[in-house]
Amino acid sequence: MNMVSLQDLTVAFCGNRTASALNQVSLELGEGEVLGLLGESGSGKSVTLRTLLRLYPERNTRISGHIRVDGRDVLALKGRDLELYRGGTVSMVFQEPGLAFDPVYTIGQQITEAIRVHEAIDEQAARRQALHMLDRVQIPQAERRYDAYPNELSGGMRQRAMIALALACKPKLLLADEPTTALDASVQIQILLLLRELQQETGMSVIFVTHDIGAAVEVADRIAVMYAGRIVEQGPVAQIVHQPRHPYTAGLLASSVGMENRGKPLLAVPGSPPDLACLPPGCSFAPRCASADEQCHRERPPVLNRGNESLACFHPVLPFPEAA
Amino acid sequence: MFIYILKRVLYAIPIALSVTVVSFMLVYLAPGDPLNAIAPADAPADVIASLKSAYGLDRPVPVQYGMWLLRAVQGDLGTSIASGRSVTGEVMSAVSNTLMLAGFAAFAGVLAGCVLGALAGYHRDSWIDRLATALSVIGVSIPHYWLGLVLTIIFSIWLGWFPAMGAGPGGSGEWLWDIEHLKYLVLPTLTLSVIPMGIITRTVRALVADMLEQEFVVALRARGLSGRAVFRHIAKNTAPTVLAVAGLQVGYLMGGSILVETVFAWPGTGFLLNTAIFQRDMPLLQGTILVLCMFFVVLNLIVDIVQPLIDPRMGRN
Repeated sequence: MNMVSLQDLTVAFCGNRTASALNQVSLELGEGEVLGLLGESGSGKSVTLRTLLRLYPERNTRISGHIRVDGRDVLALKGRDLELYRGGTVSMVFQEPGLAFDPVYTIGQQITEAIRVHEAIDEQAARRQALHMLDRVQIPQAERRYDAYPNELSGGMRQRAMIALALACKPKLLLADEPTTALDASVQIQILLLLRELQQETGMSVIFVTHDIGAAVEVADRIAVMYAGRIVEQGPVAQIVHQPRHPYTAGLLASSVGMENRGKPLLAVPGSPPDLACLPPGCSFAPRCASADEQCHRERPPVLNRGNESLACFHPVLPFPEAA
Repeated sequence: MFIYILKRVLYAIPIALSVTVVSFMLVYLAPGDPLNAIAPADAPADVIASLKSAYGLDRPVPVQYGMWLLRAVQGDLGTSIASGRSVTGEVMSAVSNTLMLAGFAAFAGVLAGCVLGALAGYHRDSWIDRLATALSVIGVSIPHYWLGLVLTIIFSIWLGWFPAMGAGPGGSGEWLWDIEHLKYLVLPTLTLSVIPMGIITRTVRALVADMLEQEFVVALRARGLSGRAVFRHIAKNTAPTVLAVAGLQVGYLMGGSILVETVFAWPGTGFLLNTAIFQRDMPLLQGTILVLCMFFVVLNLIVDIVQPLIDPRMGRN
C-alpha cells in the first residue's frame, strides 16, 4: 500500500482575491520512496507539504480532493488525532531553521517537548532520547548543544537540530521543505547526505521539495515537476534529467548551472509564472512555451499516466509512450 | 549576568542624579513665591528676610541644592512649609496609598489588557477584535477625571454601591483590609486601570497577531503541539515586551494619578502634589517629585534586569 496518495487535491486561499495554489494534484508515494518535488517559487511545492500537515487555517483555505497518508484520511482528522498525526506520522523540516525554532526555548527543550507530545514518557527519558537524536544527526557535543538557544547555533547546526527534532518521533513520512536553500553550499551537501543516510537507516518515505535540480538528483528516486499548482511531469530521476518530456522541465534543466552546459550561455525560461488568482483557461505554461499553439491556450492538457510516470502536455519535447 | 546587573545599576546612578537636579530646579522655574503662602501680604521686609533665612532661601541656589541633596540621601526631605510636618513622613504615607491604588489598577489593567489583546490577536478581524480595539482606543483617549466623575455619578450617586471619595469610612484614618475599606478602592482603581488596559491591549494584540504569522508557530503546530502548548510558546515570546510596556505604565500610574486622586480625594502622591502646588509648598513639592522620579528609575531598572531572564537573546552577549 502506498504511504501517500493525493487525489485531485485542490487548494485555494480566499481573500480579496482567490488564489488557486493547487489544482487537481494527484500523487502517489510508496513506502521508503524519496520523491523530489521540483518547481520555481509559487508553483505549489510548499503548499502541497503544508496541506499534507493541514497547517493552513481553515477559515480562509478551501481544500477539496483526497489525502490519504498511511491509510488514513488526513482531511477528516480532528483534535488529538490530528496532533498525533502531525510530528508523529508525518513531520517536517523547514526551509529556514533559524525561523522554525522558537527563539526563547533551548533546542533540547523543544525536542523533548515534541517527544512528550507523542510518547507517554517522563522528562528524563525524553531528554535521553533527544540527546540520542542530536548524536544521530552528528551534532558534536550534543550535551552542550542541548542547552543552546537556536540563535547560538550556526545555520548548518540548526538544520541538523531541526532534522533531529523532525525524526525524534520516528515518523513514517518526512516532508523536507527546501531544507538546504538557506545554507552555505558546503553545508548543503552535508545536510543532503545526512538526510539520505537517515532515510536509508529508517526506511521512511520522504517528500523533498526543492528548486535545485542538483539537490533533487542527489536524494530522490523519483521527481515530480510542478508548475502553477499542477504536476506537469513525473518520472524516475534518470528519465527527468536525461529525457525531459515537458517543455517546462526541459527549460528548467537548460537554465540550471552544471558541467555539461559549461561555456554556453545560461538559458532562462522566458517570462514569469502566472498570477494564481487568474490562471489562463488552457495550459498554465502556454504563455511562456515556445511550442504552444492555439489548443494549448484553449484547453487544459489532460494528465497522462503510465506506471509512476505522468505528463500533462499536448506537445511534449519527447513523446510520452502511451500517447505515442 | 552579574556584570549586566552591575552595568544597569551604574547607568541608573547618573540618571538618578540628574533627576534630583531637575526636580530641585523645576520649582524655581514655577511662578510664585513660597513665602506668600506663610507670610501675610503686608509683612514688613525684615520679617520676610528672617523667614527666608529660616528656610535657607537666602543662600545661593547651588548651595541650597547641595544641602538639600545631602539631607535627601539621608532620608530627610525637609519640613513642609504649609503643615510644618516632615516631608518624608507625608510623602511616605502618600506613596503607600498611591502604591496600593496603582498596584490594583496596574494589575487590573494589565490583566484585562493581556486577555483582551490575546483574544483580539488570535481572532483578528472578528467582532471580539473590533470590540477590544474599540475598548483600547476609548481607554487611551478618554479623559481620566471625566471618567472618574461619570463613574462617581453612576455608582455612588445613582446606585449608591461605592463611596465617592476618601480612603476609608473614618475619614483619613488607618487603612484596613476589609470590605468597607476595599469599597473605597473600586472606583479609583477602575478609573485608573483604563489607560494601561488600553495600551496593553494594543501592544498584546499587535504582538500576538505578529507572532501567529511567524514561521516558528507554524512549525510548533507541525510538531503536533496542542493549541494550549502553542499559546505557552507565544506567551513566553511576548512576555518581555509586555513586561517593558507594563513597567512603564506602572510608573505612569505612580505619578500620573494626580487628577484621579484629586477627583476621588484619595490621599496619595497625586493628591499631595496637587496640594503642594497650590500652597507653593516647595520642600513638599520637591520631595514628592523626587520620590516619584526615583520610582520610575527603579522600576525601569527592575524591568531591565528581569527582561534578559525571560528572553535569552538579550542577556548572553
